[in-house]
Amino acid sequence: MSLSHTAPAAASTASAPAVELQGARFAYRAGRDVVAIESLVIPRGETVFLHGPSGSGKTTLLGLLAGVLKADQGAVRILGTDLTRLSSGERDAFRAQHLGYVFQQFNLIPYLSVRENILLPVRLDAGRRARLQGADPLRAADTLAADLDIAGALESPVTELSVGQQQRVAVARALIASPELVICDEPTSALDSDRRERFLQLLFKSCAKAGATLVFVSHDMSLQPLFARAVSLPEVNRASAVHLVEN
Amino acid sequence: MGTILRLALQSLRSRFLTSFLTVASIALSVTLLVGIEHVRAGVRESFAGTIRGVDLIVGARGGTLQILLSSVFGIGAPAGSVSMATYERWAQHPAVAWTIPYALGDSHRGYRVVGTTPEFYERYRYRQDGRVTFATGGPAAKETDVVIGAEVAERLGYAVGSPIVVTHGLQGGGISDHEAHPFTIVGVLDRTFTPIDRAIYVTLEGIEAMHEDFEAMPVSAPPAIGAPAESVPSMPGASAPPAMPGASAPPAMPGYEPPPGTPTMPGYEPPPGTPTMPGATPPAVAPAPAPVAEAPHDDEHDDHADHDEDAQGAEGDHAGHDHAPEQITAFFVGTRNRFEALQLQREMNTDLTEPLTAVIPGVALGELWQNIASAEVGLRIVALFAVAIGLTGMLVALYSSLDARRREMAILRAVGAGPRTIVSLLVFESALLAFVGCVLGVAFVYLILSLGQGAIEARSGIHLAIRGLGATEWSYLALVLGAGTLIGFVPALKAYRNSLSDGLSPRS
Repeated sequence: MSLSHTAPAAASTASAPAVELQGARFAYRAGRDVVAIESLVIPRGETVFLHGPSGSGKTTLLGLLAGVLKADQGAVRILGTDLTRLSSGERDAFRAQHLGYVFQQFNLIPYLSVRENILLPVRLDAGRRARLQGADPLRAADTLAADLDIAGALESPVTELSVGQQQRVAVARALIASPELVICDEPTSALDSDRRERFLQLLFKSCAKAGATLVFVSHDMSLQPLFARAVSLPEVNRASAVHLVEN
Repeated sequence: MGTILRLALQSLRSRFLTSFLTVASIALSVTLLVGIEHVRAGVRESFAGTIRGVDLIVGARGGTLQILLSSVFGIGAPAGSVSMATYERWAQHPAVAWTIPYALGDSHRGYRVVGTTPEFYERYRYRQDGRVTFATGGPAAKETDVVIGAEVAERLGYAVGSPIVVTHGLQGGGISDHEAHPFTIVGVLDRTFTPIDRAIYVTLEGIEAMHEDFEAMPVSAPPAIGAPAESVPSMPGASAPPAMPGASAPPAMPGYEPPPGTPTMPGYEPPPGTPTMPGATPPAVAPAPAPVAEAPHDDEHDDHADHDEDAQGAEGDHAGHDHAPEQITAFFVGTRNRFEALQLQREMNTDLTEPLTAVIPGVALGELWQNIASAEVGLRIVALFAVAIGLTGMLVALYSSLDARRREMAILRAVGAGPRTIVSLLVFESALLAFVGCVLGVAFVYLILSLGQGAIEARSGIHLAIRGLGATEWSYLALVLGAGTLIGFVPALKAYRNSLSDGLSPRS
C-alpha cells in the first residue's frame, strides 16, 4: 500500500491538489457526524482507490467532493477552491465545469441517444463547453467514444447497450471536455471480473489522456492492486489525520 | 435553457402515451371551456342582434318583455293592440323618422303571419347591419302578396308563386282558415338566423282583407261564445287545430291570442266555464299538405267575434272597408335623432290618449338576457370543473412519474444541473403540456365549429360565427396555462427535495 499519513504538504506545487480536505465534518442530523476527516489530500494526476465497507461514509464523502453536499465544518478544497465557501449554485457550476462523475449503474438518461448522453455536460454548461477551447463537441464525443470502444453505438438508444457499454458511455460523458477530476462510484460493480479489468484499463487510459485525477470508490478490495494509490476510508474517516502523499 | 427545453421535450416524448393522454385531457377540458364560451357568446350575439336599428318598440300597455317577446321573437301573446289612429298619430310625431307597423295574430302551419308595410324591408336591421334581403322575389305589395322567411320556405318547401292559406290564430295548426282569401308568395327572404326566418309577411291590407272575408261569413252575433262557429271548409294544406279531445276548449286558453285587427284587452277573454259547442273542438288532423279529412270548423272563432263585440267601438268599423286594419299589434319606431328616443319613450308611456308601452330594444334585450344568464353561469362552472379535472390528471401523471425519474434527476445533478434546473425542467414540462393542451383544445373548438356550424344552425337556429378568441376565452386560456404551470411546481418541488436529500445516489 503506497499510502502514508503526513501533514498536508502538496499545496506547495504549482497547482493546488485535486482534493484537499481539512477538518471536514458533515452530519445529516446534528451531532451525528457521518464524515469527519481531519486531513485528506489527493494530488493531481493520481488514480486513487478509495475503499471502505458500506456505512463508512463513502456516498457522503463523494457528495462533499462533488459539492452536492456542503461540509458543516472545515474546508473541502477541490482544485484549490474551497467548496464550503461557495453557494449551492456556485458549487453546481463548479461541478459542471471541473468534475466528471460515474455512477454505479443506470448512468444514462434513457430517452437520449448515446451521443446526446455524452454531450450532456457540454450542452448543459457553458463553462464546461469553454473547456473544449473551440473544438467541435461532436468530434470530442466521437474521439472519446473511439477511445472507449463504443464508437459503433453512438447513435443507438441507450437501452440497447450492455451494462459494460453503458458504463463506458458514462466514462466518456465524465471525461468530455477534459475535467480535472473524475469521481467513480463503484462503476464496475455490475460487471464481471474480466470486463472489470478491461473497463479499468480503458478508464485509466482515458483519464491519463485527459489529464484527469481519478478518485475511484469501491468496496471491492480485489481492485486495489490495479491502482497506484489506495485510501481506506474507515482509517481516514474519524481518524485523527489520514493523509495521502505521493510516492 | 435551450438544453432544458430539449430535455423536457425528449423526456415527454419518451413518455409519449402519458404525455398524450395528459394533453388530451387538458385539450378536451379547454375545448369544453372555450366551446361553451363560444356558444354562449354566439347565442348572446344572435340574441342581442335579433333587432337593430329600431329605437323603440311600441305596443299596448303591458310588460316590457311581453312586448319584446311577442313582437320581435314571436313568443307569447301581445298585451293588446294599438289603434291605427294612435299609430298614425305617433308616426307624425316630429321626432319620428319612420315606423314599421306590425299586425300579428294569424299563422300558417305554425308560422306567424305579420302584417306590415314596405318600411319593414327597408328599415329592419339585425345583427351588425344585416338588412332584410330577398333570396328570390320582392316585397309584398298587393293584398294577396306574401313574403316568407327562409326557414318557412325551407321547411314547407315553398317558393315564389306558391299559393298559401293563412290560418286564423297562432297555435300550431290553425283555428280556422282564411281560405276565402288565398295568398300567393311573391318573395322569399334570405336567411337571417333571427325570428324573421320563421315568419310570414303580408301587407296590412292583406291582414285586413282576410278578416273582412272572414267576417263576411255568417257569424252568429254578440253572445257568440256559445254560438256555432262558421263551418269553414278547410283548404288543403291547412291543418286542423291541435285539439284536446274532450276539453271544453275554453276560448280563453292561454296562447289562443285574439286575432289581430280585433281590438282586445287582456281580461276580455270569456270566462273559462263559458259553454262552448260540445265536441266542436275538432280532433287533431295530421298537418299534411295533402287534403285532409275535413275538420269541423272549430268554435275558437267565437272569441274573435266576441272580442269584436267587446272592443272599443269596433262594431261597425268595418263598414268603411278601406282595406287598412283598424288595429295593429305593435309598431317599431326609428327616431330622427337617437337621443330623442328616451324623450319619445317617456312621451308615449305617459300619453293618455291610448295606453302604450314603448320599449328600447337594447334595454329590453339586456333585461331578458339577464333572466336567462344564470344558466350560463352553471355551464361555466361545469366547464371550469372539467378544467380542474384535466389539470389534476396532469398533476397525477407528472407526480407519479417522478419516482421513476429520480435517477434521471441525479444524473442531471451530477453533470452540473442545479436544483433550480431540475425545478425548471419539471415546471417547463407541465407548462408545455398545458400549452399544447390549450392549443389543441382551441383548434378542436374551431374544427367542431367549422364542421358543425351548419348542423348547429339547422338544429338550433343559432348562428355560431367563427371568430377570434374573445377576452374571456383568452383569460380562460391564461388561467389554464397559469394553473398548469403552477401545478408543475408540485412535482418540481418534490424533485427538488429529492435531489437535495438523495445527493447523487437515489435510494431506489
